Amino acid sequence: MSNLIDVRGVSKSFGGVVANRDVSLAVPDGGITGLIGPNGSGKTTLFNSIVGTHPVDAGSIVFLGEEITTFSVQKIARLGLLRTFQQTHIYGQMNCVQNMCVSVPHRRERLGTMFSKFPASVYERADELLEFVGLYSKRKLLAGDLSFGQQKLLEFAMALMNEPRVLLLDEPTAGINPTLINGLIDRLKRANSELGITLFVIEHNMRVIMNLAEHIYCLAHGEMLAEGAPEDVQNNQLVIDAYLGAH
Amino acid sequence: MKGSVIALYGGILLAGMVAPLVFPNYTFQVAVLWMMILFALTWDIMGGQMGYNSLGNILFFGAGMYISAVVQISMVFDVGEYTAAFGAIKIEFSDAQYFTGIFLGIGAAAIGAVVCALIIGLAVFGLRGPYFAIGTLGIALATAELIAGWDYVGGGGGISMPVFPGDPDVRSLFFYYMCFAAAVATFAFLKWLYSTRFGLAINAIRDNENKAEAMGVHTKRYKMVAWSIAAFFLGIIGAVFGNMVGFVEPLEVAFPTITFGIFMVAMALLGGKGTLWGPVLGAVLFHLVKEVTWTYLLGWQWVALGAIIVINVVYFQQGILGWAAEKWPERFGLIVDRGAGAGDGDEQGEAQPGEAAS
Repeated sequence: MSNLIDVRGVSKSFGGVVANRDVSLAVPDGGITGLIGPNGSGKTTLFNSIVGTHPVDAGSIVFLGEEITTFSVQKIARLGLLRTFQQTHIYGQMNCVQNMCVSVPHRRERLGTMFSKFPASVYERADELLEFVGLYSKRKLLAGDLSFGQQKLLEFAMALMNEPRVLLLDEPTAGINPTLINGLIDRLKRANSELGITLFVIEHNMRVIMNLAEHIYCLAHGEMLAEGAPEDVQNNQLVIDAYLGAH
Repeated sequence: MKGSVIALYGGILLAGMVAPLVFPNYTFQVAVLWMMILFALTWDIMGGQMGYNSLGNILFFGAGMYISAVVQISMVFDVGEYTAAFGAIKIEFSDAQYFTGIFLGIGAAAIGAVVCALIIGLAVFGLRGPYFAIGTLGIALATAELIAGWDYVGGGGGISMPVFPGDPDVRSLFFYYMCFAAAVATFAFLKWLYSTRFGLAINAIRDNENKAEAMGVHTKRYKMVAWSIAAFFLGIIGAVFGNMVGFVEPLEVAFPTITFGIFMVAMALLGGKGTLWGPVLGAVLFHLVKEVTWTYLLGWQWVALGAIIVINVVYFQQGILGWAAEKWPERFGLIVDRGAGAGDGDEQGEAQPGEAAS
């Protein structure tokens, strides 16, 4: 299995704070990869580095065999590497269907298509995906009026609308009603198996990540602490110490 | 389209058409009203629909005015020599020369304003929020001062525009219909524009630019095009207004930052920014109040306008249409979830506990 994303020796500091030190990891094509670590261990910083939010201090990031270390956020997104946010980022003054439509893939866009209307197929796809995440009945509501959990689901649907190759999910279950989490895990798995989207997931909820991921990386204090199959990472003494504190 | 909507559009068009014939004394005032509507509409493309509050849009108005002046005069005379004489030279334009000149001038003004927008856009679109507002304001003020110091275009002394060949009544009607046509064309264009994916994309930039970037939207391209559209129509109306007034001067006529430049923001805010009709409504109300106070409360007119802006900004920032949309959302096509228990629980039926956790 080839690697979709290769992160090689990436370091990033903010002033004197080292957020990532010489981090290397690989996201295999078609799989679900997990990233865990205690608060402040540099998980989100690593995501930001991968999608180009800020320049990295050292190291390189390769996506589909192409060096993307210095690309802009938009360019990376158009290549098919998409991320969702820990806090919801949706378009609050637009309704759900509009949120979905504006999320169509922009890689094929030219000056002419800027001024076209959306074809009926886009609306159909938007409805399908809203149905998929369970928001169909809310589709005409302003996205800003939805609850936090619903906004997260909408953001997930918007990401699917964009037809990415790989989706970086930053804590997809944070703030979601516990009874809904199982449904969400199911949907993430279906997005992976049915739509063929590779997933790379940051998650705090151990039960979720152990169920979901095939391979897990664990960061602590900005450095790669452990990696392996879920049960290996779960039983790794270093990981347990990092989470609970070593004695 | 519903009958009432057709009647509304038809009524406005008809009123605009016959207004100068029924009230000939107010031709200039109503022409300025159409210009104000155009101002508010073009400001709202960026300020309302895209969330970029520009205080420097007046720049394109002045740029269009100066470009048309130079183009029109240079058709028959050397511009430098003409301005150096401070009006001592009277150029005779034949009818054909005048009308070719004015339409060429308007075309050049529109294109020139777009070029200005693209160049300035490269510089200012790195800025966001209040920094963008101050940055654009600074550029507009600086441009006015630069033009005032440029002798080729007459410096602070300005340029006299070519004289309209014909009767003064015909002249005022001619410019009235130019302003009317420009405003109607702007409205029709924006009505179409906001119905395309362009409209949705600039709304997305307004609501969350970081998200739009993360989703791969060509944000810079949309911002540049949106600003160019505003500049295009402002350039046209600048060229028309310059000819209508007959004299172009940098600080009061071409780059009136503290009057027209602020009015366009105030009008769009008053009517309701981010809507198509809000700027139109705001412009009509604002212009009415302005003219009435100018006529009957002379000396208090700035107080009255200031009070409108203060009340608007402090008590109803969403503007008249925004306030109406909150009060009667259904009439605006908005759907509000009135169910009291509208929370996370709604989709619970679809979650299958235990299935994925096995």
